[in-house]
Amino acid sequence: MLRRTPYFKPGASAHAVRYFLFALAALAISHYGSAQDTPLISGGVGFFTSTNAGSTTYLPITEPLLAAPLGQHILVESRAALLETFAPNGDNQPGYNHTHFIGLTYLQADYIAARHFTVVGGYFLIPFNTYNERLTPIWISNFQDGPLILPLGLFSSGSGLGGMLRGNAIQRNKYSIDYSYFYSTRSAKEQFTAERGNGGSANLYLPEQRLELGLSYDRLLQGTHENFYGAHAWWEPKDTGFRLRSEFARGHHAQGYWIEADYRLKAFGGADSVVGRLEPLFRIQQTFRRDTIASDGLPPVNTQRADFGLDYNLPHNTRILTSYARQFSATGDHNVWETGIVYRFLFPAWKGKQQ
Amino acid sequence: MRSRQFLFGALLLASVSALAVAAQQSDTPATAPASKSAAQKQAGQPQTDGERVFKQNCLRCHAEPEGFSSSISGTIARHMRVRASLSQREEEQLLQFLNP
Repeated sequence: MLRRTPYFKPGASAHAVRYFLFALAALAISHYGSAQDTPLISGGVGFFTSTNAGSTTYLPITEPLLAAPLGQHILVESRAALLETFAPNGDNQPGYNHTHFIGLTYLQADYIAARHFTVVGGYFLIPFNTYNERLTPIWISNFQDGPLILPLGLFSSGSGLGGMLRGNAIQRNKYSIDYSYFYSTRSAKEQFTAERGNGGSANLYLPEQRLELGLSYDRLLQGTHENFYGAHAWWEPKDTGFRLRSEFARGHHAQGYWIEADYRLKAFGGADSVVGRLEPLFRIQQTFRRDTIASDGLPPVNTQRADFGLDYNLPHNTRILTSYARQFSATGDHNVWETGIVYRFLFPAWKGKQQ
Repeated sequence: MRSRQFLFGALLLASVSALAVAAQQSDTPATAPASKSAAQKQAGQPQTDGERVFKQNCLRCHAEPEGFSSSISGTIARHMRVRASLSQREEEQLLQFLNP
């Protein structure tokens, strides 16, 4: 199962294109303070395959990102996804069926109000734990699919419509603390699907140890009000290619965790050597049901999964992602094989002013 | 049976961690400035505040992009300020590193 875009609903819409063009128009009418503030277009283009229990799915995808500063204090940013999914017909029918999707992931304006205080308005990624905000872009995450617990705390769509306060609360040489608080209203508009809720997070970062610890909480304020709790720990030792990331999340009906370790083999000839471009990965994850109501997107029964991956970082911002996973549950064990290639692009929206 | 498999997984994870810590002893400090101009200008120099901000915050989530136009370095720094909750001082240091 592809879980890279867990909050996307199937079905394309021209609305997304309109909103994206609106964002582009906002760039065009803006005035820029310096020659370094040209709006940028970034994102990733990828092609993924996933063989889950013998069924192979193909997924070409593009995720463009726009960012444009307006004056000295405002940044407008947006990310979208355009994808086509090719999946085998069910019921032992030959051939493939395909669906396409165009959708906004977020479209927000950030107002840097003070040194430690930024106001975010619009359609934003919900800041619950780390994966949703940091690791969902296809050019960033190590594995093609997200963790099993990803839906917890993300209010179905992964995005909220409303406002958020965030920033760096304390900055010292030995530690820093950042925070976020958001409120989202309910929205059924196709490109701005959101649920009513609020929540926040706080993270402690120790730069000498390269250790980050964080807590998250949010509460769904529609239907059955549910609380979600999250915690994460990231450790990335200085001057190594090693990273250890982990998350725990607890919802009303289920809970779980994942731990991911990756090691870029740059100790063997440098990061740009043939061996140094290799990146072995390992992720272990478990989910536990607290009751039999499986409405939260997690597996309907307790599940364990181990992912083994090997990524290769090609020159020119291109990555090859490969992985094998074995998933264990009472409903049956199965293998998941995944391969993919992603190219990341980053360039000015137009030629900037000369310095 | 499954508990054995996950015990195996946990041991493997511990092994990877041990490998990384061992590699930390022999690894040379990475020089990964974001733009080619920054790399050329800061080669062989001690780590600046901007480079420290870059390594501690940007590289925490993603690899450094291979070169980009200096005309978007301010936009990148501001984007990182919001995404990584950087302070104003860190944004300025990062910008200095991206486009010295």
